[in-house]
Amino acid sequence: MADFWFQFLLALDSTLRVATPLIFAAMAGIFSERSGIIDISLEGKMLMAAFVAAAVAYGTGSPWIGALAAIIVSVLAGLLHGFACIIHRGNQVISGLAINILASGLTVIIGIALFRQGGQTPTLPKSARFNSIELPFAQYVADNIPILGVVYKELISGHNILVWLALASVGITYYILFKTTFGLRLRAVGEKPEALDSAGISVSKMRFQAIIIAGILCGLAGVYLSTATGAGFVKEMTAGKGYIALAAMIFGKWRPVPALYACLMFGFLEAVAARVQGAEFPIIGEISSDLLLALPYVLTVVLLAGFIGGVSPPRAIGQPYIKER
Amino acid sequence: MSLNITKQNGGESPPFAVSLKDICKRFGPVRANDSISLDVLSGTIHGIIGENGAGKSTLMSILYGFYQPDSGQIELDGISSAFKQPSEAIAMGIGMVHQHFMLVPNFTALENIILGAEGQKGLRTGLQLAREKLQELSQTYGLEVELDSITEELPVGIQQRIEILKALYRGARVLILDEPTGVLTPQETDQLFEILKALKSEGVTILLITHKLHEVMAITDVVSVMRQGKLVAHTKTNDTSPEWLAEQMVGRSVLVNSQFAPGKPDKIALSAHNVCVSDKRGFNSLKSVSFELSEGEILGVAGIAGNGQSELLSVLSGIIKPAIGAFAIGENLFNSSQPADPAFLRQLGIAHVPEDRHAEGLILQFQAFESSVLGYETNPKLGRNLLTDPNIIKEHCSELMNSFDVRPPNPKLLSSQFSGGNQQKLVLAREISSMPKVLLVGQPTRGVDIGAIEFIHNTLIKMRDRGCAILLVSVELEEILSLSDRIMVMNAGEVVGTVDKLDATKSMLGKMMSGIATGAASASSASASPELTIPNLKGGM
Repeated sequence: MADFWFQFLLALDSTLRVATPLIFAAMAGIFSERSGIIDISLEGKMLMAAFVAAAVAYGTGSPWIGALAAIIVSVLAGLLHGFACIIHRGNQVISGLAINILASGLTVIIGIALFRQGGQTPTLPKSARFNSIELPFAQYVADNIPILGVVYKELISGHNILVWLALASVGITYYILFKTTFGLRLRAVGEKPEALDSAGISVSKMRFQAIIIAGILCGLAGVYLSTATGAGFVKEMTAGKGYIALAAMIFGKWRPVPALYACLMFGFLEAVAARVQGAEFPIIGEISSDLLLALPYVLTVVLLAGFIGGVSPPRAIGQPYIKER
Repeated sequence: MSLNITKQNGGESPPFAVSLKDICKRFGPVRANDSISLDVLSGTIHGIIGENGAGKSTLMSILYGFYQPDSGQIELDGISSAFKQPSEAIAMGIGMVHQHFMLVPNFTALENIILGAEGQKGLRTGLQLAREKLQELSQTYGLEVELDSITEELPVGIQQRIEILKALYRGARVLILDEPTGVLTPQETDQLFEILKALKSEGVTILLITHKLHEVMAITDVVSVMRQGKLVAHTKTNDTSPEWLAEQMVGRSVLVNSQFAPGKPDKIALSAHNVCVSDKRGFNSLKSVSFELSEGEILGVAGIAGNGQSELLSVLSGIIKPAIGAFAIGENLFNSSQPADPAFLRQLGIAHVPEDRHAEGLILQFQAFESSVLGYETNPKLGRNLLTDPNIIKEHCSELMNSFDVRPPNPKLLSSQFSGGNQQKLVLAREISSMPKVLLVGQPTRGVDIGAIEFIHNTLIKMRDRGCAILLVSVELEEILSLSDRIMVMNAGEVVGTVDKLDATKSMLGKMMSGIATGAASASSASASPELTIPNLKGGM
């Protein structure tokens, strides 16, 4: 029983680690989609950011410079999306898809050109990564306080700064969206852009601002993948996390806190899948690890198919704003 | 820009609140505004009327900063001004209430009012300050609004008040209202006019854009008429008549509110019994609707938009099936287990002119000749076996265009390239050319010019006189009153009552439309024609 409890705690701990990029990306999605821009390019932006973060961190030896470069690249990708679908009123899904394809090809090609390691970046030394922060007294507390002490050491302590930042981003997103003037306008532009336009506020400007914020958050998701949880970039390392984040955002009805829960649920599934691999279960026996790893993706499809009919997205989503009078 | 003034108060205020001088605006080859000069006296209600496409909206958009004029000048209180965008016009005290409300549906009234004018002190303080200021405004002008209600849950009349408050909150001294009464009940219209009078008495200048002549006569002080981008007339309202204004609008004499001879109802063509419709969420959009429609009569369905009229048309045309109840056409009975299919209904002689011609009546990207046979494409006359013959269809379309005066009469133009009135005539032509026994018509003259309205009305009357049974759904009460032989009023998915045309008055219908009065309460109608309010369905069922 004690062992199960400990295992469960570890699963929760890794839930948080797995969910971190999802949370960043889901918040990015909320900003973008609340402004009326479908953001299918979460995946591509994350992938570009992961590559740039690893490459620049390797080159400079500083994870911080890597992160900054990654954020800039992710924002630029976002601006490209904006150029296509805000300025030129292109189809937002196609534009997003194009960015994803671009990211998947470009990261590998540039990776091979720069490092000649089959699209990977060299393994980053510890100094070029975001490392875990052990909270004070973790070991002491774990040894001396039953249960809560272990929770403190295993679950709360030992995360890198980006995990904390991801959690903070949920609160910040909530505050910006519902408690600030900017948030009021952002929500308005995704629901009824004409209302904002007729009040004398530029629809395009609002949408670009939203897209830039989304770019920053996606950048952080990528940074986390290649320089915090991983030690370098691996080809296609996002592996659909952008889409899962999109599903979590929809499942959370475009609201930050419910989206956080959805991200944690996806994270938990993946954490459990990794943990029960190879374990024998009564009656069913050993579960195929492929099946378990596919679970989050299967769930994504099921959730999207099952729930998308029941939720109401921002009303103006996907529609380019054409000022007609 | 010479915007170095803050406010024009004080004794020697210039006489004209707005003065437009030689405004010109072209869109491609079209002269939307052709050298328009217009002076609007401060503190008056100034009507601007004209057909669709006459340039009223363009002119107001220029004043509101949506568009920049190609040439010409705007003066406000005698000071020359130019607006690059609406925010500059708003800052100069111009407010606009759009025809389609510019409100975020899921925001509260308060959030909608302050959107874009939240102030510098943060959202919370902004909302608090706004609340205080709005209380004052509401009291001054009699504009009462629950500030914390969700906008989409409020009646249209209240939503409009939110729009007016939005403009006043931004300090509007000149208020432009674009077709403000299109979505209102007569009672709401009266209330709006009270508000406008209150605003006027406080010195607000009001520009009222409309195509409803009786409203112009009722409320304006001065009226300007626009036709084809030009200002063709400008007169004091007291010195003019609706007939004269209509003539100025169209450029020739037209009949205003024509009175038609009553129809001669024959045997029953269509009867509905207890028809109910519920949507996915279980909301009942139609509740036990029963009525009968005879050959040779027009049954008008009056009601504020969204009270079940659309669903009624959809059921009767076979687009959705009734949850409960049935309707009968001749010997054929349709209910939920035996639903109607639009193609079969068409064979039975049911034609449908949908409410939304863009969504259901035409395919805008199709050429006119293709749109002119939609739903009738399997007609053997239009081709051979499985193939249709484009040449035959084009010829067919040409004939329709000629007999219905569709302009330009070119079957190869895209459906989207015709004006609203001509699109509507094309749809009407298609449906009528099949010589239907029953014609279901939704909003036949929405967004249609006065000239075309006259034509469409005459066509419907001609069809009726030939023995066609017509169900006419319209939100225009004048249209219902002018064409119908009987009027059925709907509210919240129910039939409130059915009134004979001769007994119907506007205020009575208005009360029924808003659910205040029932058919029974309007005693005259109930006693005059009791057999009409209680459908007798023994024959059909």
